[in-house]
Amino acid sequence: MSEEAAALQELTEQKYKYGFVSDIESEFAPKGLNEDVIRFISAKKNEPDWLLDYRLSAYRRWVNMEEPKWAKLHYPKIDFQDAYYYAAPKAKEGPHTLEDVDPELLRTYEKLGIPLHEQEILAGVEQRKVAVDAVFDSVSVVTTFKDELAKVGVIFCPISEAVKTHPELVKKYLGSVVPDTDNFYATLNAAVFSEGSFVYIPPGVRCPMELSTYFRINAAKSGQFERTLIIADAGSYVSYLEGCTAPQRDENQLHAAVVELVALDDAEIKYSTVQNWFPGDENGKGGIYNFVTKRADCRGKNSKVSWTQVETGSAITWKYPSCILRGENAVGEFYSIAIANNFQQADTGTKMIHLGKNTSSRIISKGISAGKAQNTYRGLVSIHQKADGARNFTQCDSLLIGDQCGAHTVPYIQSKNPKAILEHEATTSKISDDQLFYCLSRGIPTEEAVSLIVNGFCREVLQQLPMEFAVEAQKLVGLSLEGSVG
Amino acid sequence: MLEIKDLHVNVHGKEILKGLNLKVPPGEVHAIMGPNGAGKSTTSYTLAGRAGYEVTKGEIDFFGEDVTALAPEERAARGIFLAFQYPLEIPGVSTMNFLKTAMNSQAKLRGERELNAAEFLRAVRSAAKELNISEDMLKRPLNVGFSGGEKKRNETLQMALLKPKLAILDEMDSGLDIDALKLVAEGVNKLRAPDRSFLVITHYQRLLDYIVPDVIHILAGGKIVLSGDKSLALQLEQNGYDAVIAKAA
Repeated sequence: MSEEAAALQELTEQKYKYGFVSDIESEFAPKGLNEDVIRFISAKKNEPDWLLDYRLSAYRRWVNMEEPKWAKLHYPKIDFQDAYYYAAPKAKEGPHTLEDVDPELLRTYEKLGIPLHEQEILAGVEQRKVAVDAVFDSVSVVTTFKDELAKVGVIFCPISEAVKTHPELVKKYLGSVVPDTDNFYATLNAAVFSEGSFVYIPPGVRCPMELSTYFRINAAKSGQFERTLIIADAGSYVSYLEGCTAPQRDENQLHAAVVELVALDDAEIKYSTVQNWFPGDENGKGGIYNFVTKRADCRGKNSKVSWTQVETGSAITWKYPSCILRGENAVGEFYSIAIANNFQQADTGTKMIHLGKNTSSRIISKGISAGKAQNTYRGLVSIHQKADGARNFTQCDSLLIGDQCGAHTVPYIQSKNPKAILEHEATTSKISDDQLFYCLSRGIPTEEAVSLIVNGFCREVLQQLPMEFAVEAQKLVGLSLEGSVG
Repeated sequence: MLEIKDLHVNVHGKEILKGLNLKVPPGEVHAIMGPNGAGKSTTSYTLAGRAGYEVTKGEIDFFGEDVTALAPEERAARGIFLAFQYPLEIPGVSTMNFLKTAMNSQAKLRGERELNAAEFLRAVRSAAKELNISEDMLKRPLNVGFSGGEKKRNETLQMALLKPKLAILDEMDSGLDIDALKLVAEGVNKLRAPDRSFLVITHYQRLLDYIVPDVIHILAGGKIVLSGDKSLALQLEQNGYDAVIAKAA
């Protein structure tokens, strides 16, 4: 092997740097899924009866549902009985402070680069504050800056805590955007969800810092069923970011999340995702199956929700963050970068449902395929009868690296209002040998050249990310494609 | 400084260069002229190390080192620069970002310290000013929507910042009107230095009115058939390639 090829191989093999496993003693629910397991999860979390009933009713519905088959995804049948639906590090009872947390867990987050010490964050003067809820398998390890946020009335806590401390809010909004009847994976999530974040921003409050949740799957053979609920009350603003990683394992693991956002009058939610679940190895072995339902209800007039996602991980991605534009003048945005390398498959996009007058939406999707990967943009723009003055702009760009991958664009457009204005643009391009050689001839090595070109391709979307994460995301874009050009 | 010895190069299995010999001493400007299909572009791509340009025999020595097997970026780091006939567009990547990435990559390959943001900005601004390149152009995506003149000035800017030991100018005049050509040539002339050589590859004599060479080589059929001073260009202009090459043979 030439020196170059060897160096390239080394880079490829190193590329998933979050693939380590933490040695933590964990507690599991019995393997498989049945009503007893659901009762186990509910009991572990000391849930009120109404929530257990909610779970059981979802479960009873789920057993009769079928997996959706319409996506352009191929994978062996998932055995839902061959997994653990609850895994949690053994810990002391009671409220968590950083001192209570197992040092091994703290080391894990340190390795992942997630700041959990408030003081350390404060010490960095130039850096803006970011509050973190750290979710490890099925439980939240710690949530930072809770007290400071509480001073302005912002509630930021694990959802299992919110069930106890703010039951009226949870009861009112849980399942109000994504009902437990919505789809196979959302119904499964309603039955077994374990942890996620709860955010409430009171009227007129601009959340003083970025909120973020960091999801980590650690235990083998376990699924993670995140449930996140964010409510932005009238005239409020919040920017929220989620990140996700998992160890490198040979078998596939399931992540089936539900995220619900509610924006009331004049409220704005900016929701960013950097999804970096283990994507499987270069032979397509292992990796996370990521089946996610994310939806925002722009309930109030002049409300706005902006989804930005950087999807680089997972063996399979099935995800369509959507906006229901109910309020007059509501705005929905979807900015997406989806990268599929090696044997990854991504079927992702959005739904913009225009119900209210003068609602507008904007979709910018950048799909990058390399190796033998398949990358599909699937999106729906639906304009209802009463949505006078509705507008949509959609732009779907695909970039191919190599000649064994695929890019597909499947836009659905339904308009029942003759006055709606819809625009759709789509392009497909390749990184040309000429472009690469141009970079090389300037002294920029191949891997960096690919990263530079791809980052340029994604620029419009990267610009949407909060500054704190944009740099990280740029690096990730480059890393995900290492080894894609030989 | 540059010494090409008996270079044979295949492209797509066809032999294009058939025993090219060339010596360029430091500080000199050499022009390679030749008819279409003589192997001019093959020469510049081979020197820069482009994949697909397969050296079957001979070698390229640069400061005494055989660089024939080196990757393009390694050659760049050693000071070989190719100004492209048709510079490539890279959407979404600002000229500024591209320049920074290139300079830092070369510094890294040479084991030198990378410039910090302030040093870089200072260097770019002063070089851009010399070439009449606006701040706005530096912020635009590299070569996207640039005019022919802007693209060539951008190549010259890159050359000014990367400070090569050998600059190969491949058909620098193509796509330029006379005013743009003068501006680019002026930029190139400012970069002439005792420790920097130029290889000017051109079909037409016109460019050599503005970038005056020390030596002119005529390339035909994959080898140098005639070398001489700048008067050779005028002979070509008057008599055409066929007559001059026939006389040389």
